[in-house]
Amino acid sequence: MRPLGGKPRGAAEALIIPAGALAVSLILFGIFVAFAGANPLAVYRTIYRGAFGSWFSWQNTLQRAAPLMLTALCTALPAQVGLIVIGGEGALVIGAVATVAMAAVLPGVPPPAVVAAMLLAGMGAGGLWIALAGGLRHYRGVNETISSLLLNYIAIALMNHLVTGPMRDPAIVHRPSSWHVGEPNMIGLIPGMDVHWGLVFGVVACAVTWVLMEHTVFGFGARVVGGNTRAARIAGLSVGRLALITCFIAGAAAGLAGMTEIAAVHGRASSSLVAGYGYTGILVAFLARQNPLAVIPVAILLGGIEASGGLMQRWHDLPDATVLVVRGIIFLVILASEPLYGRFRIFQQRTA
Amino acid sequence: MIKMRGGGVGVSARAGRFGGSVAETNAAPQRLQVAGMTKRFGSLVALDDISLTLEAGAFHALLGENGAGKSTLVKCVMGYHAPDKGTVILGGVEQTIRGPRDAHALGIGMVYQHFTLVPSMTVAENLLLARADLPMVIDRGAEGRRMQEFVKDMPFKVDLTAPVSALAAGEKQKVEILKQLYVDCRILILDEPTSVLTPGEADEILGLLHDMTMAGRLSVLMITHKLREVMAFADEVTVLRRGRLAGRGKVEKLTPRDLAEMMIGSSEIAAPAERAVQTNGRERLRLERLCADNDKGHRAVSNVSLFVRAGEIVGIAGVSGNGQTELVEVLAGQRESSAGTVTVHGEPYTATRAEMRRHKVFCLSEDPLRNACVSRMSVAENLAYRRFDEPPLTLGRWFLNRGAMRRAASDLITRYRITVSSPDAPAGTLSGGNVQRMVLARELSGEVDVLIAANPCFGLDIAAVAEIRAQIMRARNRGAAILLVSEDLDELFELADRLVVMFNGDLVYETEIAGADLATVGRYMAGH
Ligand SMILES: Nc1ncnc2c1ncn2[C@@H]1O[C@H](COP(=O)(O)OP(=O)(O)OP(=O)(O)O)[C@@H](O)[C@H]1O
Ligand SMILES: [Mg+2]
Repeated sequence: MRPLGGKPRGAAEALIIPAGALAVSLILFGIFVAFAGANPLAVYRTIYRGAFGSWFSWQNTLQRAAPLMLTALCTALPAQVGLIVIGGEGALVIGAVATVAMAAVLPGVPPPAVVAAMLLAGMGAGGLWIALAGGLRHYRGVNETISSLLLNYIAIALMNHLVTGPMRDPAIVHRPSSWHVGEPNMIGLIPGMDVHWGLVFGVVACAVTWVLMEHTVFGFGARVVGGNTRAARIAGLSVGRLALITCFIAGAAAGLAGMTEIAAVHGRASSSLVAGYGYTGILVAFLARQNPLAVIPVAILLGGIEASGGLMQRWHDLPDATVLVVRGIIFLVILASEPLYGRFRIFQQRTA
Repeated sequence: MIKMRGGGVGVSARAGRFGGSVAETNAAPQRLQVAGMTKRFGSLVALDDISLTLEAGAFHALLGENGAGKSTLVKCVMGYHAPDKGTVILGGVEQTIRGPRDAHALGIGMVYQHFTLVPSMTVAENLLLARADLPMVIDRGAEGRRMQEFVKDMPFKVDLTAPVSALAAGEKQKVEILKQLYVDCRILILDEPTSVLTPGEADEILGLLHDMTMAGRLSVLMITHKLREVMAFADEVTVLRRGRLAGRGKVEKLTPRDLAEMMIGSSEIAAPAERAVQTNGRERLRLERLCADNDKGHRAVSNVSLFVRAGEIVGIAGVSGNGQTELVEVLAGQRESSAGTVTVHGEPYTATRAEMRRHKVFCLSEDPLRNACVSRMSVAENLAYRRFDEPPLTLGRWFLNRGAMRRAASDLITRYRITVSSPDAPAGTLSGGNVQRMVLARELSGEVDVLIAANPCFGLDIAAVAEIRAQIMRARNRGAAILLVSEDLDELFELADRLVVMFNGDLVYETEIAGADLATVGRYMAGH
């Protein structure tokens, strides 16, 4: 145990350690591809080309970054109140299911109204889903990390049940899918780009939640709760309310990702929603040190790595699971780098 | 005496690891010199060219006001901080100490004000944990015997099989010290070791340490604010003031007055505030058959009934661990009561923010870094706790006005003389006493109707103690109703109008301060 003080977490530290972790991950990944029989340097070049090498790959990257920003918030926001939530995947799926359901109950309504209703449904459902984990923690003392992880499985099982039963569209045969939300209700692409509106939602959500946490009365209270619950109680703050609302907002962000996956990409709910955005989002949040604003560039970076996956596998004859391996390595290295904060004297002196 | 520890697996492993240092650490302590230590935090010079010599077998006291740099100095020795300049010389050899591990290897150990023991483990297990060379598989039999030998040889008597959670503060502090001795530290640094102890406990522990230094088995460097302890136990003293050396000498040649002067220089100690005459103020705070459980679910506060009038200080005396902490936590909103009621101004009170604001209830809790601050938020933010959600600290209804928050903080920092490099520094970087001042500034700077104070002067220097007591008295004179929980009887006798004694969760005795008798109060505290 370290004595009080002496551990300021400076900005330089928060930048350099994750960057270093990322570099180490890439080196480890290079060793992995070398064993798989490919040339690491060539693979790095491919990652770069596939992620950021051309306007085409940039668009691909941004397209993938959009849901990552939103699912990352699902972890980054609860972290502000001291909760570690990893339920982004489940909240995304539930948001998507709610979106589809909402479209179905509003036949004949003008598309803008349907889109607005779908937005609310997706965000509301995702929000409630994560608020459930927060509530279990606050009222029943259930560990929120475990419960949010289990809620992921429940959400996926629920969706599978619905798309093979009550919500199934029998016309689709190759994969059990729900009915379509209707072409007019699709939100489409940002003008002039081959990227859907989810990117705008993602960037706006990150910016808004950052302002919320740093510059509002609500965010101040939330940070007090996250920093020291005992101190929050002494200030009379309602710890449970702040935590639940924060969880709701976090889940709403992931639910919004689910809504855009439906309304901008798939049109219907199916197992293709379970693409690991929720889990990569956790990675993004940790790399961004739970800072909503830092989530934006980090999501783009990891979106790029994911975007280059296909190219990597095709050009270098690497196994399909390669992207999973990258993700796994980064995750392990990030977690392993966590104890390094406060260890480097240069940072302490510079920031003190 | 300590040669019992020769041989055995553990020791040879240690020898392998730390080279030849075993022989030295097992023997008598070496002379420790600190030369030209300088440490800056940003623009703040926390230590300016400080030198200090701890002779072998000496009991050396390190004194100074809050924020003088005492903790920083010993942290530089222990390797927690890298000094900007200066060296540590042990037995004439210059050493580079990069961290507490290095320091331990050299036989230098530190005991903190806060306990670092694992509460759920036994004393023996805690001692074992302290060993840096813990083997993969622990031979409990052999270790147990070794430990018995070790403890037999030590003047500190504690039950090795007791779980730490069952020990009183004094016992825990003994275990902390034993832990350092068990890992062969012969130079012991103690940072305010007695601030959580009763005077009796403190005297016992310091007495034992003193005997060990006399026998040449140990050198002690102790930080303290209590001049009484310095006079009674230390041989030498070094005094710091604002990072500079303010004086040093043999204790026998100095008087408490000299020491106080060295510490605070020419500045005055606040005179005790006059107790203004208040007659029968309105009742402000009332507890009615209040009960609460402790963390383990046992009843800690039972059927406490009490009232405090405006302009009155009611003191609660008692040996720590008799339910005072839980009582304060209930009043502060940190713990649910299990039965009974609290009313303020005649209305039910459950410590919500709205009620605190309406009734102007404030709280000085003990151990403020744990109870009342967020160490990674800035000083300005910590100072804004009570008011961040109301004008002028807000913009519109929803947004924070950071500028106003900083200005308000700067104002409080000057008014309450908080030593800090900037309002944006994280609260965790403040010295112990300055954390206390910060909380004081936050809680007492506005209008106060009800104040709950728990050991408000723990860990403060003499000037600050005088000042805080004066502040509390002034708040009373302005008409606040104050409930003061303290383990320091002097403090209670100085401040309280009425005194109640808490024993085993119950209020067992009540007296007006005018007619109070120390011996009677002491008897009730001991449960007779
Ligand atoms: N890590 C840090 N970063 C910035 N400033 C620091 C840090 N640690 C200490 N300081 C500052 O250095 C000064 C000396 O602090 P230190 O903790 O040594 O005081 P102290 O003499 O132990 O006081 P106290 O009696 O209140 O414990 C204080 O003004 C404090 O704010
Ligand atoms: Mg200190």
